[in-house]
Amino acid sequence: MNLISFLQYTFIQKAFLAGAFIAVTCAALGIFLVLRKMSLISDGLSHFSFGAIAIGLFFGVYPYYVAVPLVMAGSLLILKITEKARVYGDASIGIVSAVGIAGGVIIASLSKGFNVDLFSYLFGSILSIRTAEVFLSVLLSLAVLAILYFYYWDLFSATFDIDYAKTTGIKTNTINVILTLLTSLVVVLSVKVVGVLLVSALMILPAAAALQIAKGFRSAIFIGCCFSLFSVLSGITFSFFLDLPAGATIVMLNVIFFALALLYKKTA
Amino acid sequence: MAIIKIKNVSVSYNSHEALKNISFDVEAGDFIGFVGPNGAGKTTLIKAIFGLVPLKEGSIELFGTSSSKFINWDKVGYLPQQSSSINPLFPATVQEVVLLGMLSQKKWPRRISRHDRIKTDEMLQKLKIEHLKKRMFSELSGGQQQRVLLARCLVSEPELLIFDEPSTALDPDSRESFFELIKNLNRDSKIAVILITHDTGYVGRFAEKLLYLDNHLIFFGKFSDFCKSQEMGRYFGEHHQHIICHQHHDASDKHHHTHYPPHNKPGSEKI
Repeated sequence: MNLISFLQYTFIQKAFLAGAFIAVTCAALGIFLVLRKMSLISDGLSHFSFGAIAIGLFFGVYPYYVAVPLVMAGSLLILKITEKARVYGDASIGIVSAVGIAGGVIIASLSKGFNVDLFSYLFGSILSIRTAEVFLSVLLSLAVLAILYFYYWDLFSATFDIDYAKTTGIKTNTINVILTLLTSLVVVLSVKVVGVLLVSALMILPAAAALQIAKGFRSAIFIGCCFSLFSVLSGITFSFFLDLPAGATIVMLNVIFFALALLYKKTA
Repeated sequence: MAIIKIKNVSVSYNSHEALKNISFDVEAGDFIGFVGPNGAGKTTLIKAIFGLVPLKEGSIELFGTSSSKFINWDKVGYLPQQSSSINPLFPATVQEVVLLGMLSQKKWPRRISRHDRIKTDEMLQKLKIEHLKKRMFSELSGGQQQRVLLARCLVSEPELLIFDEPSTALDPDSRESFFELIKNLNRDSKIAVILITHDTGYVGRFAEKLLYLDNHLIFFGKFSDFCKSQEMGRYFGEHHQHIICHQHHDASDKHHHTHYPPHNKPGSEKI
């Protein structure tokens, strides 16, 4: 089979379209998360989404309809625990993450029927994405990118120097809430691409690679988006031709890009 | 005209009273040195001025508006303690960092215009760092970074500049030229300056007024008044009072020292 006939498959076109939007969104948001030392929030929220998806499957509701609001609530819970319970952010992420996984496993054991469906979310299944999911992915990605565009300078300032940002009238607490809510949206979207266990890689690796070679903040976002886009599209292609799992292939390509960026930095 | 009015301000962190009953005014064109030992509440006072910590008692007005309702942030330029909150891995260019100073003039959605970029270029030229424009901020020396952050402060043309320990990361020569630059800005552009430092013996060479803080206000007024004050002579001891005054008048002396009143020296017991 050649590349032209490969691209004529509808399921490949859907995977490319949804994957491309999710890839760019993950990388753009990932830059802010990595620089703010908030990378692990994507890991915690992806684990939390496991429990939320299990609830959706248990009640026979389309899982994303349950996962989007619940994971958003989970992200706010992380902020609240950090603020009120006198624990650091990583500890609150750990708490919310554990609730998601433990809840998901208990619900799965109660159901006896949907374990196969639920566990497919652990590793993602971009090649089986449905038309409705493609629309949802494109729509939510555009919404996230639009918010990042309108809050670009606020996010930039609060990420570079939070004390100074406060003195220029930027509401840094609001910026934190926006960033975590956007992360929860993107996490839910990314579960379909790489699965619960690898979502954080899709947000951290392109950003970490871009930060090795970027010579400015805008260029860091642009390079991160390019790495992410290329890894998702080539990952889908390789997985098809080499009969490999798409999610894991995408993540390994991201790891290779990160290693190359690191090498380039050392030798340049 | 008073641009900052502070009346009977007290601030507490849990049970610790960081500021007790502080009152003073900052006039347009003032150059005030905020001095005191570590933990004296200098940074807390600045945070209170910016409305970043709640007041237990008292009130603060910035340009005639209560600090909690103040929105004209372009009138105030702030240079925080270096490396205290700046992300060292951040891949920003010098131009991008200075553009952040324009955000205080803008309402959401904050966008940067061509005019903002021109103003940024002009400020880089004024501070003689236009050659650094495309360089990464994180790759600059401490002195260069400080000039870039000063450009970020000044680009919105503020009427008040607040510096929190600006000399911490600078070598002696960079510190000297940096303070000269601030002094010139105060003299030529009539920008009010508040300079926080624990460097009692050095600040008098540049500042006109002294505010000595040790959780409560020990002294606020002109250096000349401080030098004449018998009360301050008793509090600091004549020797320390003399050193502060001597430094104030001898601009050729580049040495600097940190002087505390005898009972505030690190390791000594408070009265």
